[in-house]
Amino acid sequence: MSRKSFNPDCDVREWTGAQRPYDILKEGAIALLVVALLTAGLALVFGSPDEKQVTIQQWSSADPVDFAATAYSELAGTSGIAGYGAPYNNASDGQFLGVTHLYLAKMVGVHIPIDPARTFVLQPLGTLPDAPTLRFALSTWKNASETQRGAWLDEYAKASLSFSHGHLTAAPLSLSNPVNELIASETAMARSGALDSTMGTGGGLYTTDYTNVLLFIADGGWFATLADHQHLLGDQWGMMNETGSYPGQAWLWLYTFWYQIHPFSTSGNADVDAWGIMMLLTAGLILVPYIPGLRSIPRRTKLYRVIWRDHYAGRV
Amino acid sequence: MSTTIDRQWTTRLRRRLVEQLPPDKALPDTQPSYVSSWIYVFGIVTLSALVMVILTGFVLAIRGPQWWHQSAIGHYVNSLHLWSVEIFFFAMVIHLWGKFFMAAWRGHRSLTWVTGAVTFATSIATAFTGYVSQTNFDSQWISTQAKDGINATGAGAFFNVLNTGQMLMWHIVLLPLAAVVLTAVHVVMVRRKGVVPPFEEVTK
Repeated sequence: MSRKSFNPDCDVREWTGAQRPYDILKEGAIALLVVALLTAGLALVFGSPDEKQVTIQQWSSADPVDFAATAYSELAGTSGIAGYGAPYNNASDGQFLGVTHLYLAKMVGVHIPIDPARTFVLQPLGTLPDAPTLRFALSTWKNASETQRGAWLDEYAKASLSFSHGHLTAAPLSLSNPVNELIASETAMARSGALDSTMGTGGGLYTTDYTNVLLFIADGGWFATLADHQHLLGDQWGMMNETGSYPGQAWLWLYTFWYQIHPFSTSGNADVDAWGIMMLLTAGLILVPYIPGLRSIPRRTKLYRVIWRDHYAGRV
Repeated sequence: MSTTIDRQWTTRLRRRLVEQLPPDKALPDTQPSYVSSWIYVFGIVTLSALVMVILTGFVLAIRGPQWWHQSAIGHYVNSLHLWSVEIFFFAMVIHLWGKFFMAAWRGHRSLTWVTGAVTFATSIATAFTGYVSQTNFDSQWISTQAKDGINATGAGAFFNVLNTGQMLMWHIVLLPLAAVVLTAVHVVMVRRKGVVPPFEEVTK
């Protein structure tokens, strides 16, 4: 019967040499105390960031033209979400993974259905009471053909927007065009704060799901401008950062790194490719003990001699 | 001949536990002489930081997700939570690289490495769900950016980073539970197998 040969990257002869006293509980208590003091000190000196949340109300007041343009793009079906694909809609195939051409999101399908015109504009406006002009505009829009809607949207897009005294106006427009009334009412609703509460997913008093609100805000340009000022854009190492000068999620550096380099920085499939690479690397990290070559790196680099320098020097 | 007591589930479980992790391994009072480097400190520092993360998280949970925005004490507790997380990851990464260069999986310790690496990945997910549950500008921006990556994998259909309630539940219940259980299993494995010995080198 042959015995398996000794592999220095997997096997080890268990230690039968000298032992030294070791108080594991004392070590744990000291470590906990030191970490507690260090945490308390860092929290006291540096605190933590808490940049206030932004609302649709703030957006529509701070940049009403960007707000109106976004509402228009939702109505016209030209916004980011309108062309997003799964899990929100079937507007596009989405991204495919590397060379596999597997459209993973599309394969999983639509699970958070969003029709931008209805979700972000028509449905919220339908909740406004005592608004006969708006009711008429909604009814006109609902009963119109796709061609007619397209013509109205084109006319609105060519009109010039002006904003004064809290009121958004597009001119010139034909009298029958309901788009101006819809966008102006949406703007007024947003400025009153009513759109924030109406758009919370699930409706009613209680909600903990802000998918619709966040998707709508993120479709606009104002939100990204704020993030740019806080050095949070994708080409600024994006979501691993926090507002202010805090370390953020520094452990996500490798994931964020892929977005900074070619070909990912210009690829339409950067998200799924970055995830694919990170999944592979994570699997590699987890399975290091079983991967020949990778598991030999410690023995070959000999950095262990620094860690066990006392042992090799015969000092212990 | 086995008695009735020997055949009891409780007796058999106790014997198995004592066999697998005898008291002198669970709570050792000696260790091999080669365990003599600062790198060994980072395992216990990681564990201590995890304790701090959980304790501060408990306090935040008691007062609810909006408390820290409205109270100076709440904000300080949130700062404790943040910095204990930063220390946790700092120590964990050093611990991980230290163990890598020791080839700490040798001697039937592969699963100790595997549980440690899975705990690292789980901790990243736990921290991420915390960042998107803050209910401030950071959580708004991070969630709207992160959605594209997660959606592209297909996972966004079930793991919706824009659903604050869902993320908060993952952050304070599911993922911490997984991280703590994995950590406990990892520590038990370390105690069972002991610290990996140095590479043997031929003396010239």
